[in-house]
Amino acid sequence: MTFRFLSGFGAYWMLLGKVFSRPEKPAIYYRQTMKELVSLGLRSIGIVTIISFFMGAVITLQTAYNTENPIYPTYLIGLGARDSIILEFSSTIVALILAGKVGSNIASEIGTMRVTEQIDALELMGVNSASYIILPKVVATLIFNPFLTLISIITGIVGGWIVGTTAGVITSPDYIYGIQYAFIPYYITYSLIKTLFFAFIITTVSSLQGYIVEGGSLEVGRASTKAVVYSSVFILLVNVILTQLLLS
Amino acid sequence: MIRVDNISKSLGGREVLKDVSAVFEPGKTNLIIGKSGSGKTVFLKCIVGLFGIDSGAIWYSDILFNELDFRARKEIRKEMGMLFQGSALFDSMTVEENVRFPLDMFTTMTYGEKLVRVNFCLERVNITDSNRLLPSELSGGMKKRVAIARAIALKPRYLFCDEPNSGLDPKTSIVIDELIREITVELNMTTIVNTHDMNSVMENGEKIIFVEEGEKCWEGNKSQILKSDCKLLNEFVFANALAKQLKESAR
Ligand SMILES: Nc1ncnc2c1ncn2[C@@H]1O[C@H](COP(=O)(O)OP(=O)(O)OP(=O)(O)O)[C@@H](O)[C@H]1O
Ligand SMILES: [Mg+2]
Repeated sequence: MTFRFLSGFGAYWMLLGKVFSRPEKPAIYYRQTMKELVSLGLRSIGIVTIISFFMGAVITLQTAYNTENPIYPTYLIGLGARDSIILEFSSTIVALILAGKVGSNIASEIGTMRVTEQIDALELMGVNSASYIILPKVVATLIFNPFLTLISIITGIVGGWIVGTTAGVITSPDYIYGIQYAFIPYYITYSLIKTLFFAFIITTVSSLQGYIVEGGSLEVGRASTKAVVYSSVFILLVNVILTQLLLS
Repeated sequence: MIRVDNISKSLGGREVLKDVSAVFEPGKTNLIIGKSGSGKTVFLKCIVGLFGIDSGAIWYSDILFNELDFRARKEIRKEMGMLFQGSALFDSMTVEENVRFPLDMFTTMTYGEKLVRVNFCLERVNITDSNRLLPSELSGGMKKRVAIARAIALKPRYLFCDEPNSGLDPKTSIVIDELIREITVELNMTTIVNTHDMNSVMENGEKIIFVEEGEKCWEGNKSQILKSDCKLLNEFVFANALAKQLKESAR
């Protein structure tokens, strides 16, 4: 168990070493990165928007029902919803969801390339396969995921506003006052920093799982499950560490 | 020229290659034959460096290939082309992009020059009007031919083919054999082909190495193969009824 963990960790660092070596043809890497921006970034906007809207709504309702108290001003519901969304929801929960979507996608794509000998074909030509396949994915998610986080923050807050006012737990002016009250801009920075770490974890951990597949389509399926599980666990672990480092 | 000296390789705790030596000459189609599971693919992957070897030496002309690091190997890699057993086309790229890939990666040709070369290679393997298709839209034989086109795009000095005609009908299979032989002579390449197809052996076998259970059992050419007295080789060559009858009647 300990041995497997350590050798897995060793493989991870060795792969990172291969990924971050100097690209041989920058133009081709640029083209690949553009492709990945579309497939890993743009194609995630839909799911992030839908989930953020409903989570923002639920957070607002929960906050309202847990603070039903005459001495507690209702605008604080808006403030509470805003801070939960910015601090935890739009970075960590969205990262977990992306680990499911993007992570499994990456692991099965790379795993299939491995078992159909496409990676061997690249290596044979003298191409650094790890760097050619993985680096564009890492760069694309590092560029794009912060935007996903911002989109999530906005739709989450809008969702809370629409559903909160429709359900009648808070008035529109109170909510709008609440989301501006005692706003700490650093929280956004904090959220974006976490997003960068999580994006890196999702792409590299999932890529490794795909890259080391041996066997056939069954193993590719397993690799994609492992990719989701491992990246989720790492995200939660790093979340604890970053929260302590950045907010204390 | 490629020379391998006494190479051995274990996989999953089992010795898959045992002390194999061979010389492969340029301008010739060198065949590695043997039944399924005998170690042909592993042998080929050791020669091209996709598998590291446990002992022995692999020489490309006068360069000791197995001792080189990734960077140094790259120079030789650019002169290699390989057709994998399952074609290994990049499935997110079209036929044209697949064949153009090595040119994109390793040349400074303009787009127009690349296109000329791509179309030349595709015509060479009799694939026309399919530039925009994806590999998933091709038949097995077409995939193999596109893979050959990709392998020869950079005019390699070394060509490796892992079962170029498995799973093909006899006619297409002969077309591919002829193609490999022709381009080998044309470009004076050192070509190594894995096969268990007796047709190709009799067509292309200028130099044949017979492998059984990871050991080299016999070496010769197509005119010697029918007269050999190696028992395992005879079992392999005369496996089917027709071949057996022919051998009987030849006596
Ligand atoms: N990655 C691997 N790990 C462990 N064993 C392997 C691996 N690859 C191949 N082998 C074993 O090595 C032996 C030779 O396999 P190889 O693929 O070279 O056969 P082959 O001669 O190419 O057969 P075929 O004609 O069916 O392609 C087989 O017994 C196989 O089980
Ligand atoms: Mg094989």
